[in-house]
Amino acid sequence: MSRLVVASIGPASSVQDGGRHGAQRYGLTVSGAMDRLSLAAANTLVGNGPFAAAIEIGPFGASFTAREGAVRVAISGAPRNADIAGSAVAMDTSVTLKDGETLTLGFARGGAFTYLAIEGAIKGETVFGSLAVNARAGLGSPYPRPLQAGDEFTVDAASGAEELRIELPKPASGPIRVLLGPQDDEFDDANKALFLESEWKISATSDRMGYRLEGPAIKHLHGHNIVSDGTVNGSIQVPGNGAPIALMMDRGTSGGYPKIATVVTADIGRLAQTSAGTAFRFKAVSMAEAQDEARKFAQAIRSLPDRLRSSDIVALNIEALSDANVAGYAVSAVDSGTWQVTAEP
Amino acid sequence: MAATLPPPRLLPSGDSAVTVEFSRTIDDDANQRVLALDKALLGAPIDGITETVPTYRSLLVHYDPGKIGFEALGEKILPIATRPLPPVTKARRWRVPVAYGGEHGIDLEDVAKTLGTTPDDIVIRHSGGDYKVAMIGFTPGWSYLSGLDKFLHMSRRQSPRLLTPAGTISIGGIQAGIQCLAAPSGWHLLGRTPVRTYQLHRNPTFLTEPGDRVTFYAIDDKTFEDMDRAAEAGEIVAEQVDA
Repeated sequence: MSRLVVASIGPASSVQDGGRHGAQRYGLTVSGAMDRLSLAAANTLVGNGPFAAAIEIGPFGASFTAREGAVRVAISGAPRNADIAGSAVAMDTSVTLKDGETLTLGFARGGAFTYLAIEGAIKGETVFGSLAVNARAGLGSPYPRPLQAGDEFTVDAASGAEELRIELPKPASGPIRVLLGPQDDEFDDANKALFLESEWKISATSDRMGYRLEGPAIKHLHGHNIVSDGTVNGSIQVPGNGAPIALMMDRGTSGGYPKIATVVTADIGRLAQTSAGTAFRFKAVSMAEAQDEARKFAQAIRSLPDRLRSSDIVALNIEALSDANVAGYAVSAVDSGTWQVTAEP
Repeated sequence: MAATLPPPRLLPSGDSAVTVEFSRTIDDDANQRVLALDKALLGAPIDGITETVPTYRSLLVHYDPGKIGFEALGEKILPIATRPLPPVTKARRWRVPVAYGGEHGIDLEDVAKTLGTTPDDIVIRHSGGDYKVAMIGFTPGWSYLSGLDKFLHMSRRQSPRLLTPAGTISIGGIQAGIQCLAAPSGWHLLGRTPVRTYQLHRNPTFLTEPGDRVTFYAIDDKTFEDMDRAAEAGEIVAEQVDA
């Protein structure tokens, strides 16, 4: 066994995986990676299952040191400068840290979350089948909280396998697609149109619970209190002040504000990777289109192993790698902790 | 043969979940239908359903669109959701100890004042209630109870508190609640229970289920502390009785 030590890390970084399913009926939310495709890509590069536990790194920089042996890792997600002792490491590649070597990652150059997967995956004690950190519920393993400098993981010694890169499908661009509902009838046509036709920005006070949207105030037809009902990843609820909140992976399992629309599964990771301050729009799609896209998204994750290539034939092109990810600039998307009261009860 | 019940509304909650809505308001009949549909789907699962989440008035059904589409799922759910309700089966009942007032229930005096009565009367009315767990949501173990004495119905606080303690027993609107973890809340805090409705590494991890019955009884501060220690060590300090 080797160890991977967190030498430095910013806030909003934690162990995440495919999430904790089956206990939403008890109020336990799903958690898991904000950008599942990037989690799966990083894991695929080191031979793990797509939703194995990995390190979700927030917008700030981080560095990791191998101890007591070599550690093979891979990075995917929000693009950043990365190097080992000054030697550049490309996004979407695997790399082996020799004993004592440090991988240093800079700030996200667009998007928010980068995934560091470790060969053999992060090990810990699962709860409801997951190691994902849910700090409010005190869940997550090996650390039930965001990561801090000095944390360390006991991991498999590097296998010595050939280093790989992954050619990811060109990410979708354009508006974030939504399905209207479940409570779109709590809004009149003018306000639904306002929601769909306006430009939105993600507030810097957003976090893993929800992304607050800045734009015009959306008015309700019958007031903002509905009887609490269930939420999903991507539910867009409109509280009393009319500023929508897209509920993300650490959402409350129920909420008492009308939900005007729901982000389609295929675009939740794209929304998660939209930097605070970047303008974007929504677009309503049909159920048929959304479900077709969801099936394609699942298929894209299943077929990631087919996209692996030997890494020694790649000419490192940071520009192209950057373009392949969500454009924008990194701004803190760190929890302010102040707006959780907008939810229930 | 009993007539079928009116169909619920099937509201899309994205591409991988559907909200089966029986009512727009808090309504015990609707909640019974929610829990009956939940039970039926747990007992005879439809292929493609991954998780169900009962709430007051609707059942949120998560599914895998790779296995079943929205229309096909709706066609399978509707006949089950419109079946006459099965006869009421025996629910289990939890007797939940509560330390009312003082530091444990900082709103008790204000609630009494607002409602024009004494704190003792509030305690008698609250602990005298016969409640049902209508849903569990928001944070782990947060049990929403129906059956609050009408006299105790009052609107939520103007400004929610950013943090309320673990074990808080509170009322808000026409609802009562047992809160497990420390969390923000806009409800009125009447007391605290040492009972953990959610406790990791305990069997069961979650104590309450939707449909369970709940009654409360008052305990003093000393008893609260003793029970709290026992609960922390993993003991279930709520008494389970047959309803």
